[in-house]
Amino acid sequence: MIKRIALTGLMLLSANVAAADTPASFMARYAQQAGVAVSTLSPARGEALYRTEHPGKNGTAQSCASCHTANPKQAGQTRVGKRIEPLAPAANPERFTDAAQVEKWFRRNCMDVLQRECSAQEKGDFIAWLSQIK
Amino acid sequence: MNYLLRGIGVLATVGTISLLAFTLPSGGEARGDGGSDVLPRLTHKNWQQECASCHIAYAPSMLPKASWRRVMSGLEQHFGENASLDPATQADILRFLEANAADSGTSRMGDKVMQRMDKNAAPLRITETTWFVKKHDEVPRATWLRKSVGSAANCAACHQQAEKGVFDEHSVRIPK
Repeated sequence: MIKRIALTGLMLLSANVAAADTPASFMARYAQQAGVAVSTLSPARGEALYRTEHPGKNGTAQSCASCHTANPKQAGQTRVGKRIEPLAPAANPERFTDAAQVEKWFRRNCMDVLQRECSAQEKGDFIAWLSQIK
Repeated sequence: MNYLLRGIGVLATVGTISLLAFTLPSGGEARGDGGSDVLPRLTHKNWQQECASCHIAYAPSMLPKASWRRVMSGLEQHFGENASLDPATQADILRFLEANAADSGTSRMGDKVMQRMDKNAAPLRITETTWFVKKHDEVPRATWLRKSVGSAANCAACHQQAEKGVFDEHSVRIPK
């Protein structure tokens, strides 16, 4: 019985450890993948990535801000009107805490907005910008 | 003064009656729908989590299996957006959709959708089914285009309890 409780506790602990990603840990990982120092990640480039408009599929310009709004501390809206929780960790502490989620949404949204995947450098810059927003 | 009050009373009564006439089901088409337009409460973690991140988790009973196979095999181009999933999650959701599809025989709603569908039809959009079109034929085109509605894909704009599977006509509030 005690053994089982101890085991469950251990499993919970390890599950927690596995999920304990933070904006800083993502920045470290992406910087490493890009082969640059974390300190060289650029919030300014991250912000530019967020705001730069690209030709969309239906002829209108689109950027990250099209759905996430100009202020990433605000909630956005999907094309069919569903609420998107804010992107900036200051407004939504759940952001950048789950690697599967982060990778899924970078993959999908970079393909939608840029028509290509984002590089590790771009992802690092992006989080560097969002995580320094107070 | 008395006449004024009486006038207001008459107007209010006429207004209420005509409002009722418009909101109550008018027999024929709508008969029997009032109580049964509540979809079975389904729970499936991946379906709810993944499908409902961008839109409400559309009920599997709204489309036949062949439609769901088409939808789930084209997630990279999902109505103009990349909604790609990892293969395991994708397969898991498809299994759930097939098991509860309109032609799975598991819901009255599905039976109704199938009654009006060609045997070999596999529409990609719920809004393309004859069932949906007939059900919404009293909604003018301009209403769908209102900013507050956005598109016909936004069930919850008017069906305020759509997320709970409640679609009966009494819970409908069309926004301005």
